[in-house]
Amino acid sequence: MPSLTDYLVLSAILFAIGTAGVFVRRNLITILLSIEIMLNAVNLSFVAFGRAFGTVDGQIIVFFVMTVAAAEAAVGLAIVIALFRHRESLNPEAFTTLRG
Amino acid sequence: MKAVLLLIPLLPFVGFLLNASFGRRLGRAVSGGVACAAMLGAFGVSALAVWQLIAQPADARAISQTVFTWIASGAFRADFGLYLDPLSSVMILVVTGIGSLIHIYSTAYMHDEPGEEYARYFSYLNLFAAFMLVLVLGSNFLTMFVGWEGVGLCSYLLIGFWYQRPAASEAGKKAFIVNRIGDVGFVLAVLIIALNFRSIEFQDVARRVTEFAPETSFGLVSLIALLLFVGATGKSAQIPLYVWLPDAMEGPTPVSALIHAATMVTAGVYLIGRNAVLFGHATPTLEIIALVGTATAFFAGTIGLVQTDIKRVLAYSTVSQLGFMFMAMGVGAYSAGIFHLYTHAFFKALLFLGSGAVIHALSGEQDIRRMGGLRRELPTTYWTFLVGALAIAGVPLLSGFFSKDEILFKVFTSGHTVLWVVGAVTSFLTAVYMFRLVFLVFHGERATAAAAEGGAPQAASAPGAAHAQHSHGGHGHDAHGAPHAHDAPPAMALALIVLAFGSVVAGYVGVPHALGGSNRLEAYLAPSFGEHGPATAAHAPEGAEAHGSSANESTELALMGVSSLIAVAGIGLAFFFFVSNRAAADALAARFGGLHRLLWRKYYVDEVYDAAIVQPVKITSDAALWRGVDVGLIDGSVNGIARLVTGGSELLRRTQTGSARVYAASLLGGAVLIVGYYLW
Amino acid sequence: MVAFYCFASIAVVASLLVVAQRNPVYSVLLLIASFGALSGLYVLLEAPFAAVTQIIVYAGAIMVLFLFVVMLLNAPHEDTEEDLDRVRRVSGAATRLQRGPLWFGALLTAAFTVELVWALGREATLVSAFTRPAVSSVAAIGAVLFTEFAFAFEVTSVLILVAIVGAVVLARRETRERSPGVRPTGKV
Repeated sequence: MPSLTDYLVLSAILFAIGTAGVFVRRNLITILLSIEIMLNAVNLSFVAFGRAFGTVDGQIIVFFVMTVAAAEAAVGLAIVIALFRHRESLNPEAFTTLRG
Repeated sequence: MKAVLLLIPLLPFVGFLLNASFGRRLGRAVSGGVACAAMLGAFGVSALAVWQLIAQPADARAISQTVFTWIASGAFRADFGLYLDPLSSVMILVVTGIGSLIHIYSTAYMHDEPGEEYARYFSYLNLFAAFMLVLVLGSNFLTMFVGWEGVGLCSYLLIGFWYQRPAASEAGKKAFIVNRIGDVGFVLAVLIIALNFRSIEFQDVARRVTEFAPETSFGLVSLIALLLFVGATGKSAQIPLYVWLPDAMEGPTPVSALIHAATMVTAGVYLIGRNAVLFGHATPTLEIIALVGTATAFFAGTIGLVQTDIKRVLAYSTVSQLGFMFMAMGVGAYSAGIFHLYTHAFFKALLFLGSGAVIHALSGEQDIRRMGGLRRELPTTYWTFLVGALAIAGVPLLSGFFSKDEILFKVFTSGHTVLWVVGAVTSFLTAVYMFRLVFLVFHGERATAAAAEGGAPQAASAPGAAHAQHSHGGHGHDAHGAPHAHDAPPAMALALIVLAFGSVVAGYVGVPHALGGSNRLEAYLAPSFGEHGPATAAHAPEGAEAHGSSANESTELALMGVSSLIAVAGIGLAFFFFVSNRAAADALAARFGGLHRLLWRKYYVDEVYDAAIVQPVKITSDAALWRGVDVGLIDGSVNGIARLVTGGSELLRRTQTGSARVYAASLLGGAVLIVGYYLW
Repeated sequence: MVAFYCFASIAVVASLLVVAQRNPVYSVLLLIASFGALSGLYVLLEAPFAAVTQIIVYAGAIMVLFLFVVMLLNAPHEDTEEDLDRVRRVSGAATRLQRGPLWFGALLTAAFTVELVWALGREATLVSAFTRPAVSSVAAIGAVLFTEFAFAFEVTSVLILVAIVGAVVLARRETRERSPGVRPTGKV
């Protein structure tokens, strides 16, 4: 039977993958996807802990996290669309007008 | 009747305000009239006040008036106060009396000036009188200092009256700056007094000083006295701060008469007299004062012997006579010093005004080598001038004789024999140079421009010509060798005659016992110097003993004889060289060419000061203080801070890459560090 | 246990591929697969509600949205010349491929991972097996959600409203002047 530790290790691995994705990829959408990976990793650990303590709180938090993630994805993609209209590119290097 | 005292300086001050505010609209007659009326009014009030003073018994002769409280800070208090006692009574009569005469004289002398200049002149002159009266009436050091600085200011304004002349404005600045150097000593002294005696009222200080014993070595009281003397050397043109007085002759002649002969320059002598008790306790400083005074007298006398500008001769003569006064103060003969101050005011003012009449008549000529024979053309001027010259030379029965002799007698009996010898030699020189002046200006034939060359360098004639062109408005006379010169107009003549009369009789208030008089002046002034009449004489050498013993009286008579002889000999020598045998004078000058040049060039003192003090200060200010400190350090550090900020910003700017991923990376970096910290 | 390893490996591999490979459409699809695996893991954890919600919301809604956007924008794949050309046009001529953040990011990620594993290693007192009974019924969740977390629930609905409005406003087509810089080649 998997123990809590196993789930937490898996969560850590997934989180690391997501973090790596944010820095490695040069496509805005893919970066957003990586952020979703990170959120999911966190969700997993919440549920695992909830199961370990025998409460429903883990699942409830996951419920809220998903809701917020959905909202964030929607707004984020809208921003990406707006940016694309301006610069015709999804490369984050194209958006450096705030350079000091 | 106490409020009367304030009126004395107030009247001239009101005259100043009127002339300064409305002068240009008033017209010459009214301006002059206002100024003279203010002075005469002040004289009248002074006379009234002195009359009141004399009505008091001898040991209670003091009227004081506190005008307002100026500083009241903790335990320290300084009022603007006025104080009339015998000493200041003499001073105010001199200032207002001779001042009035000079104001009257000026109305004629300056009549060529345009209206607003005329008014400006009289406003300054009245302001000067007001400040001078504050100086001599002040009851404490602070009030006196107000007057002290005020007369310095007016001196600057009046010396530089014709300010468009560079020489005049330079001379004004020089006077003010050199005075300032002396004032540092004055202020330091007042600070030390305030710290140690807790009060700066003259009477308080005199009282507290008596708690000390007279000092034999240099101590606190001597230090205070020395610092005050430094201030006095500045104001009264003694070595080393006398250099401004000859240059001050750039101002109008009545100014020279009033300020640089009769009143302002005597402020230093008055200062010592006012603080006689303090100085009496500072024996080392008194020695220094006597020494400096004597040295100055001799030094200036030698220079006056070869000068060719009529006013310069008189200027050096003033420095020399002031030296005599300080000599007197230095041996403790305070009333003798004040006596000489009083008589000197008469005859020196007379001599200056007479020279002014000469200059006026000759349309601005001041070089005596171009004068001569004027006694026929300017009789009034000649006779009054002669009286003044006789007085200063110390011819018996004129005022100068009594006062100078009193000084020499006191110097001799106090044991300073060397000083007496130098003083006697200086008297001789005084007679010589004065009568050289008289003979060259008034006797003989008028010298033409071609004959004006002598042993002296050519450079001397250029300033004379400059004077001729600028200093006088022009009478319609030709400046070179024109035969027609008119004598003094009535206003000037009046002043000359009154002063001549004064030069003769002024001395009779101080006829010594040896000649049968009672020396009333000395007795009158004694309470001011902390001596209570002839009965007690704790500190000053001039006390009862001089009058009692006949041995002293015979000494006095003998010395008088010597002085008279010296005076006559001096006049005779001058007669020989400048009437009988002028060529001999020139030959002598040529033979001792080096010495002559040294004296002509005033011992190169101005050059030395310039090289040793002025140039280094200028260079230091320019190179070190301006370029180094101000531009380099201060501007540099301010600009440097700006550059630092700019540079720092440039560096920090690099962190704003604009790239969101870099920002995310830094976020992660921060998270790593924090988590790491908590895990540690 | 076997199921756990199955789902876990699917999730990890899929996530790795999402990050590693170039085609954005494939990324989205792979992420859906990853979410599916996660959902299976939730079932193993006796959290059926979470599992189902995961599929419905994440895989069903959010990912579909991503897919729409990817296909709508039709952007060039990254690191191609076309993509770099576009970047150069806006931000200066000599834009290189930015490798800096790449390495730095990878380094930081590695460090972070090490820290996480280290943290886990420290907490050796974690229970090794799930000993307490599971609470998993929807009724139980509902009971807590609408009582203890009622306020958060309501606020979340406001949040969603705000997100809707924001998304609509942000993605609205500009009818006024074009921004300086790049003239769009396609109509979006």
